[in-house]
Amino acid sequence: MTRRISTFLYLNPNFFLLFLLTPVILWLGIVYVGSIFSLLFQSFFSIDEYTGLIVREFTLNTYISLFSPANFDIIIRTTTMAFVVTIVSALIAFPIAYYMAMYSSKKTKAIFYVAVMLPLWSSYLVRVYSWKLILAKEGILNWLLELIHIDWLLDLILKIPVIGGGTLSTSYIGTMIVFVYIWLPFMILPIQSALEKVPKSLLDASADLGAKNRQTFWLVIFPLTLPGIVAGSIFTFSLTLGDYIIPGIIGSSRFFIGQAVYMHQGTAGNIPLAAAFSVVPIIIMGIYLSIAKKMGAFEAL
Amino acid sequence: MSNNSTVAVQFENISRFFGETKAADDLSFSVREGEFFSMLGPSGSGKTTCLRLIAGFEIPDSGKLYIHNREMSTVPPYDRDVNTVFQSYALFPHMNVEENISYCLMLKKINKKERLIKAEEMLELVQLPGLGNRKPSELSGGQRQRVALARALINHPSVLLLDEPLGALDLKLREKMQIELKDLQRKIGITFIYVTHDQQEALSMSDRIAVFNNGKIEQLGTAKEIYETPRTLFVADFVGSSNVILGKLSEKIFNKNASFTIRPERIRVLAPNENTLSNLEICIYGEVADIQYQGAHLKYMILIEGQYEIIVQQQNVSPGTKHLFQPNIGQEVKLVWNRTDSNEII
Repeated sequence: MTRRISTFLYLNPNFFLLFLLTPVILWLGIVYVGSIFSLLFQSFFSIDEYTGLIVREFTLNTYISLFSPANFDIIIRTTTMAFVVTIVSALIAFPIAYYMAMYSSKKTKAIFYVAVMLPLWSSYLVRVYSWKLILAKEGILNWLLELIHIDWLLDLILKIPVIGGGTLSTSYIGTMIVFVYIWLPFMILPIQSALEKVPKSLLDASADLGAKNRQTFWLVIFPLTLPGIVAGSIFTFSLTLGDYIIPGIIGSSRFFIGQAVYMHQGTAGNIPLAAAFSVVPIIIMGIYLSIAKKMGAFEAL
Repeated sequence: MSNNSTVAVQFENISRFFGETKAADDLSFSVREGEFFSMLGPSGSGKTTCLRLIAGFEIPDSGKLYIHNREMSTVPPYDRDVNTVFQSYALFPHMNVEENISYCLMLKKINKKERLIKAEEMLELVQLPGLGNRKPSELSGGQRQRVALARALINHPSVLLLDEPLGALDLKLREKMQIELKDLQRKIGITFIYVTHDQQEALSMSDRIAVFNNGKIEQLGTAKEIYETPRTLFVADFVGSSNVILGKLSEKIFNKNASFTIRPERIRVLAPNENTLSNLEICIYGEVADIQYQGAHLKYMILIEGQYEIIVQQQNVSPGTKHLFQPNIGQEVKLVWNRTDSNEII
């Protein structure tokens, strides 16, 4: 009997494929796409301000309310943070990835992999709280800076309007530092894998044709690793857009999109507005990817 | 020698080690201006390391390298007047053909219009006119090879280095490109240094050949010298095939206990009773142990005194040809060759 089934599947590979794919298609179709569509539907409803009940009629009012100063502030704040986090992550990740791909031996590469992945093995919450301890006024960083007598530098930085604050743990700079720390592995790994794929002979060829190291970097290495940088930035950008834990623990207490969604669907009970807020990162990511595509980030793939 | 103006590249006691491996072991030799110089050897023999030393990708551990009488041992690749055609072509995948070819002009900040003209000139030289807008991924292996060549030549280097440039091409195309490369070298007259493991390629194209083994040069000479008077067993074996005659058989034939080589195609197979023509010829008797049909040739395995094997290669000429003797397996034969064709090796 089992023999007949396997013979049948061998002779009808398409049937076999369908058999394998059905659970996946059901999962993606119903659970994943389904929930996104229900989210979209919700965002076109509105809430009755007096009764607090959801009015199930098509309206764009919820979207329009996203542009109210308070809500629009949240969107701008979150998007700016996502941009800054992405750029800083890329700047820090590239040299690490470059060393891993180009110079490290097999053994040091393994050590680097473990070092990059290690933070992912422990709880995200614990790591964020430990950063609170590091960045707080009585924290280890302040203590260290005082020890080497450059705490005035930190005070100077914290005096910068908007991004500064009372301490690092209550400023946007602190939020940014923790975001970068948490998402860094997601930036390092794609860049490293893109760098690994650049044949060493291309670097030789470039030098052979008269390019100094700096020129080889910008003309050959950078364009060929751009897809890796974009892949990494998709992670850092979208994860920052959606996160609601880090800005709740570290930074000024002003809201980010994730927190707004959390609040509106929970305590405020405004599901349509929460849904509309959730659509914002999707749209921003769509714009971001189409710009990246236009700039040729995927051509070398 | 270093004051000689006709020397393009000179190695002076150069060594380069990778851990325990001696990729270049105290090498001294020179390449003449305008010659087609091949570095021939099996993989790991050090020939590619020598090429990389000239290009500047490797720095010698000891010794000195001169390019046109200027010491260049530690000069980085971008300051050397040599260009390289890489084994894998190493074309930049994100640039089109024209951008690849004019890469070094772009580095020199030459304007776009002039770059386009020069690139098209080079494309014509390598017989690929009008392909400037293609991406390397849209080209065939042979076309990529030509683009790599054009890119390496656009800067008019004094020495062109070629690292097994035809290795990835199929046999027919390879033979065609061999002729084209040789023609091109004659036409532009610059020094070509050519790395290959293919002895046929080296023999057919080179003015001189250096045969590499274990980081040392076994023999350096013209194709004719290398093939006809190999100096060592390694050369005799690596370049073409050879019968090696040593020990008792050597004493019997040459009255000397030494090693001799004789090429299979220089031996004639005669009927045992046929008269030899002159006393300059060596003559021994044996029995046909096996015959291999190879198309253009017939290969005879002849056993001398039932123990020493000698291989003879005979043209597969028309069976009616005069004086032709084509024995069968088991038949007794007489082997004859000119004394000057056998060559003593060390």
